[in-house]
Amino acid sequence: MSQAQAIDGRQDFIITKGKQKAHLKCDADSIAGCVSQRACVYCGARVVLNPITDAIHLVHGPIGCSAYTWDIRGSLSSGEELFRNSFSTDLREQDVIFGGEKKLTAAIDQLAAKYHPKLIFVYSTCIVGVIGDDLEAVCRTAAKRHGIEVIPVQSSGFIGNKSAGYRAACDALFRLIEPENRELVGKDKSINYLGDFNLAGEAWIIRDYLRQMGVTVNVVLTGDATYADLKKATRASVNIIQCAGSMHYLAGRMEETYGIPYMQVSFLGLEDTSESLRRIAAVIGDSEVVARTEALIAREMSHTAPVIEGYRQKLAGKKAAVYVGGGFKAISLIKQFRELSIEVVMIGTQTGRQEEYDTINDLASDGTVILDDANPSELERFMTDQEADLLVGGVKERPLAYKLGKAFIDHNHDRKHPLSGYVGAINFAKEVYTTVCSPVWKYVRAGGEGHE
Amino acid sequence: MSDKALYRDVNENPCHMCMPMGGILPIKGVEGGMVVIHGSQGCSTYMRRYISEHFSEPIDVGSSSLNEKGTVYGGEKNLKQALDNIRKVYNPKLIGVLTTCLAETIGEDINRMADEYLVERQISDLTIVPVSTPGYGGTQAEGYFLTVREIVARLAQPTPKHNKVNVIVPNISPADIREIKRLLDLMGVEYTLCPDFSDTLDRPYLEHYSKMAPGGTKLEDIKAMPGALATIELGATIGDEYSPGQFLLDKYGVPLYTVPIPIGIKNCDTFFRAIKEITGKALPDSVRTERGRLLDAMVDSHKYNFAGRSVIFGEAELVYAVSQLCIENGVYPAVVATGGAGGKLAELLHPMVKECPEPVKVLPESDFSEIREKSSSAGVNIAIGHSEGRYLTEHENIPLVRIGFPVHDRVGGQRILSVGYTGTTLLLDRITNTLLESKYRTYREDMYNLYYKEDSGGLSATKDEVNSDGLHCMS
Ligand code: SF4
Repeated sequence: MSQAQAIDGRQDFIITKGKQKAHLKCDADSIAGCVSQRACVYCGARVVLNPITDAIHLVHGPIGCSAYTWDIRGSLSSGEELFRNSFSTDLREQDVIFGGEKKLTAAIDQLAAKYHPKLIFVYSTCIVGVIGDDLEAVCRTAAKRHGIEVIPVQSSGFIGNKSAGYRAACDALFRLIEPENRELVGKDKSINYLGDFNLAGEAWIIRDYLRQMGVTVNVVLTGDATYADLKKATRASVNIIQCAGSMHYLAGRMEETYGIPYMQVSFLGLEDTSESLRRIAAVIGDSEVVARTEALIAREMSHTAPVIEGYRQKLAGKKAAVYVGGGFKAISLIKQFRELSIEVVMIGTQTGRQEEYDTINDLASDGTVILDDANPSELERFMTDQEADLLVGGVKERPLAYKLGKAFIDHNHDRKHPLSGYVGAINFAKEVYTTVCSPVWKYVRAGGEGHE
Repeated sequence: MSDKALYRDVNENPCHMCMPMGGILPIKGVEGGMVVIHGSQGCSTYMRRYISEHFSEPIDVGSSSLNEKGTVYGGEKNLKQALDNIRKVYNPKLIGVLTTCLAETIGEDINRMADEYLVERQISDLTIVPVSTPGYGGTQAEGYFLTVREIVARLAQPTPKHNKVNVIVPNISPADIREIKRLLDLMGVEYTLCPDFSDTLDRPYLEHYSKMAPGGTKLEDIKAMPGALATIELGATIGDEYSPGQFLLDKYGVPLYTVPIPIGIKNCDTFFRAIKEITGKALPDSVRTERGRLLDAMVDSHKYNFAGRSVIFGEAELVYAVSQLCIENGVYPAVVATGGAGGKLAELLHPMVKECPEPVKVLPESDFSEIREKSSSAGVNIAIGHSEGRYLTEHENIPLVRIGFPVHDRVGGQRILSVGYTGTTLLLDRITNTLLESKYRTYREDMYNLYYKEDSGGLSATKDEVNSDGLHCMS
């Protein structure tokens, strides 16, 4: 147990399964001085929209915000690469004093002339909210002038956290997908796949499974999507959503406005993947699709299951700590670790929602620590107290895990290997094996200093 | 030389970061130092991530997590709460409070808040160093130096003369800092090196982890800086208003020696000459041998290096020193770029680039879109700078020698050694070997395409000329 004291007000955000009845507090502002691991509204919006490959992503704000989010996700594209640039109005002192609208207009004009995009997203950052630039008006005028879409993303940084950014991104998407011809809405037999950002080609993997099942994907939001794809988004008859944190809100609005129903899926781990594919087949409701789905699952499972079993034998009995961005990922990880006979002893998220924490609580074993918006000091304490062998987390958590002599799984936007579907399940198991069973721990655990 | 407007409407792929980012590093380089970023939560998270990737170290940085209310009514309550919580968990000796765009735009008076806080809480064993670092006010390099200056200004006390030399270092790697310390120790020079993140941001694996990394410049030593023999500041490019050495000179009359980072034979010599002038201590034999080995390496590789045409980018101070190294070795720069105004960089480079046989583009306030365009048209075949230069590799096939901050797509950013005669030798080898590697990678194919293929028009004078650069003079 560490000597550091707990911070007032954090108690409500941490529970131990089986010991307390009370609900975990979540979805609140971070407490000042807590060294929260959370990102800002703009960042949340940017990660959702960034994978749209042929769009210009223009950050209206100071340089840092743009520098830190350049090529922010390992999203892959099958065509355009425009999205991998970071454009910024690079606001300076004089812009803060006199306003940045003129500069923004000029920036849009220059980019339109240089790249001829069909779509420009203009992101608002903290100070734009304060200096009061009228993004709507600038974008509207510029759109008219260039005959393209220029969509403002209201992601001023202090109005909440990453979740608020997801909402701002969804608002922008909702605007973008508005159909010209309402008659085509919901008329296609295809489905939309929401909440996959095509990290390391994950959306391609799922698209291929669905193709094998006889199900057509209309558009993925937003992995490897283009302007033209998104414009026909409302034609699909069903939305399936994976990363609920970022896309739940959009799916809800699409149902409300266009009557497109949605269902939640997860392609993390064998169990979730098979179950999700079956549910999609059932919704499509075509017996041939159902048959093809069963065949696909049988085929994939026949070569995946033995591999996973091999890893399970090596890993059984280890203990995992999980600290990830959203609740959906956390839930899937509990199940995925079970497939490897690894128990999750600590689990938390940056922006999980109440329903998700309820599910986590149901799934977790007694004694598991569940926490929202954790800070390094808490991660350290619970990883140590709960005797975790490994941590799943993002880039910032990695060095802490290593310093504590714990194995680490990268579950971040930057990773270069897919974790979705059957192949992803193998990659995941392999990564756990790679980090837990590395020979280096033998030397490290024998002690640091003074043990030569 | 500098041929561009300094104010642009759109930055395409930034070559620099924001001011508070740079401020974090020096605070992590003083004993018991902890940081609070006064602004919205996101800023600190970004910065932690970048720093953490570069150093592979946990980087704890507090944030006052300003929300809507704080933005409208002022963030004083948030900031004080942040200070309370940081003290509780980390028990620091010094807290640097860095502002952000947001805090500055709403006009937060952090000096007053910090003073009041100490009185209200009746604390006497904590130093708070407020630094005004609006993200839009400058680059991370300016944030870095300004923060060092404020730390020194806040702590320094009138002190009787003593034998130490103040050494102010820019954002170089922990390995570089250790090398400078090794050399000073070898020479028997007593010094206060500030900031010293050689241990705090490059921690050994220990059996027990502590939240506050041991190491860093001692607060006592910083207090006594006004009594030093002189200050050596590795900050040739920085403006006086950011210079800690200038502060010590103006306020306490400590003589100031401004020298470039000791990278390259000339810059190393300048560094040691300054030490000799201050302390009377000459190069020890062992260091003289290191110098000789560097000269030997320069001769060994000179023909390979002459085939290099470089683009050098990053923080002005490093860019300046690396440019000198490249010019010394014939890896003549075609493009020298920095994301910010670059202080005195352009002015200092002016006489140097005149020595170069081909024109050199000096680009302050640049971005990677421009760097790419200029490098491509100048036929650059090697890039030297931080990780974002991978953009040049991906799009223009220009290999990148990684140096500076951040290095986030390779391991070991904290261990890259480039200073002193030995460090320079290592850096020069990295450059030479990168040139050799790309030459050998394409050599067979190039020759085939040039001289064998029917439609190659092989032996025309122009092709010959284009290629002669890399290939002919090496046989
Ligand atoms: S540029 Fe300003 S708002 Fe953006 S990260 Fe830096 S300090 Fe924060």
